[in-house]
Amino acid sequence: MSIFGFRISPSSAMNLDTIDRSRFEELCRIEPDAARCMSCGACSATCPASEFSGMSVRKVLLCLQRGKEEEAFRMMNNCMLCGKCTMVCPRGINTRHLILSICRIYDKEDKR
Amino acid sequence: MREIYLSGYSNFIIPFMIGMIFVLSWCAIGAVRIILQLPADDRKKFFLSLINPRIMLKNIRDWFCDCLFHVKLWKRNKLLGYMHSSIAFGWFMIIVIGHIEVFLYTPERMHQVWYPIFFRYFVAVTENTMKGSFFFFLMDFFLLVILSGIVLAIVKRIRSRFFGMRRTTRASITDLIGLYSLWSIFPLRLLAEGFTADISGGSFLTKSLNTVLHSFLSDQMNMLPTWWAYSIALCIFMCILPFSRYMHIPAEILLIPLRNAGIKVRHARKGIAKLQVYSCPGCGVCIDACPMSAVKANIKDTTVYLNRQIKRYNERRIEEISDKCLLCGKCTAVCPVGVEGDKMRIAQRSLRKYNLAPSYANIDENILISRCNKFVNTSNTNVTSSKNQKVIYFSGCMTALTPAISKATTSLLQKSGISYEIMDKDGGICCGRPMMTAGRIEQAEEMIAKNTAIIKASGADTLLLSCPICYKIFKERYDLEGIEILHHTEFFDRLINEGRLSVNKEDKKYAYHDPCELGRGCGIYDQPRNIVNMAGKLVEGEKNRKESICCGGSLGSLTLSFEKRKALTENALNNLRIASPDTIVTACPLCRSTFNRYSDIPVKDIAEILDEATMKRKR
Repeated sequence: MSIFGFRISPSSAMNLDTIDRSRFEELCRIEPDAARCMSCGACSATCPASEFSGMSVRKVLLCLQRGKEEEAFRMMNNCMLCGKCTMVCPRGINTRHLILSICRIYDKEDKR
Repeated sequence: MREIYLSGYSNFIIPFMIGMIFVLSWCAIGAVRIILQLPADDRKKFFLSLINPRIMLKNIRDWFCDCLFHVKLWKRNKLLGYMHSSIAFGWFMIIVIGHIEVFLYTPERMHQVWYPIFFRYFVAVTENTMKGSFFFFLMDFFLLVILSGIVLAIVKRIRSRFFGMRRTTRASITDLIGLYSLWSIFPLRLLAEGFTADISGGSFLTKSLNTVLHSFLSDQMNMLPTWWAYSIALCIFMCILPFSRYMHIPAEILLIPLRNAGIKVRHARKGIAKLQVYSCPGCGVCIDACPMSAVKANIKDTTVYLNRQIKRYNERRIEEISDKCLLCGKCTAVCPVGVEGDKMRIAQRSLRKYNLAPSYANIDENILISRCNKFVNTSNTNVTSSKNQKVIYFSGCMTALTPAISKATTSLLQKSGISYEIMDKDGGICCGRPMMTAGRIEQAEEMIAKNTAIIKASGADTLLLSCPICYKIFKERYDLEGIEILHHTEFFDRLINEGRLSVNKEDKKYAYHDPCELGRGCGIYDQPRNIVNMAGKLVEGEKNRKESICCGGSLGSLTLSFEKRKALTENALNNLRIASPDTIVTACPLCRSTFNRYSDIPVKDIAEILDEATMKRKR
């Protein structure tokens, strides 16, 4: 087999089959709003905590959906619950309640 | 007065005594439990307040005004006030006069607690006690007062609108038993005394009833059954009292001294919060007051139903009701007994356990301080600045979404020649109030500490806020010694009075909306009105000041969805449109953006109209 000087790098795609999605499904059951997000980024643009921890409800939802919980927790750490994201959301998602539900359902210590 | 029975006892007092002993022991145990549930420092405060003559005087005044005369209900509606005070004060007077009679005529019977209640059964009138006819008259008079109150109560059950109440509480089964037994006590007493009036003496009511009764019922044996019925009615009422809304009668007596001692709700279910739940008379004044009642489905989420669910330990509904509330504080403002619906809900929310707890330790406040310690020196030559005031302006998260307000505010600051600095022009830390209303007090305290450090380091002497949500928490929870905290309405009112801003009156009608957190939350009603009056013509909404209706956008509600708030906003707008204003003026960025969403007339912040009104002079 001839070597041409480059190789195929391992895929960076996430394998959703290896992720435990039970928490996210529970979240979607309690908060049907979570599925309504269209990732427009209005919340990211207004969030006062984004300056400190990169917080954005859009990103938190995507991270949780993809099993990158650590990253979501790190971003949420600075959420001040100020409600700006609720005010600007074009889908009318009650983001404050969504964030509180995430705080209740997910657990940092509990690694599955 | 001559005694008929040597023993001073008859079997019909047994039901009364059972009820009496039951209710007294229940209340005594309850009172001790509530006092023991108070945190130790609160308990000490309470006991100290009892020996403070000033507070004790206030207690006595409140006992009379609130428990007996129902002054707050009189202010709401004369008929409603009369109905409640006639029954409460009338009953109180009958008990007092009953004891006076026993004391005067049969002092040896004072230790028999039933004697004053059934006095007329045990005594006969004699020649030398005719001077007692004064007391006989008083007894009949107050009985008549109570009976008139009961007639009104029956009318109220059928048509509550006559009493200025659109909606009333749906009575539970125990409430109904209590209600009917209360209604029957006094007619039965009249009947019983009517039968004995020829022996024991009576006045205009009982004597004439006696004559009527004797015209067709001559048998003296009718006497005993009516006294039995009267005693049983009393027994039923007293036995059902702890499980019905009538528990408010004894509970309020304890609530008044606790409130006057300055004890605050700390735990949602213990101590004073529990007492407030039991003090709720279920009158339903809060139903009409609640802004959520604009939608019929929300009626069951008002404070009166929260209290009922707490009494029933229905945890699912308690959570639901606590999370839905807008925390506008109107139920607290109108409550005749002083149940603090908003504080109880925040306390209830703070009981919830969360796995993830945000922390703000990673935020470096030095960077934030360096952004706001420069103070723009506006050298406005037109205005002579008397004192070298350094104002730090915290616009807040909500103002960041309505930049017109912060623009107008800074423009006004420049016009009046004040050196100022904007604390959060490039973002900052939230004031903590939204976190506090969600019940996460620890996190809110952390934000408070960060902001306090920033403000203190900035070197300002005045903190200016344009958002009442921030203003409330800055006033209540922040410890900013030496720094004056002002809402922009207060600040601009002061500037106008000092002559540093000259306003040109415009020919426009402005309807002023009292934001919940500014009006009911901080008691600021007059300063914004002064400003509006300077800038144009002030008109009021139908409900204003203490009773202004929440815009529906409040951050207080955790579960109310965007769509469900629309009806509330429209209801609040209709209230403001009543005097057909040209512009609706408010002093809260959140109210402004909520109203703007659905309003057909422009909605502006008070800073904006003031900025417009001062602009003309400069040109």
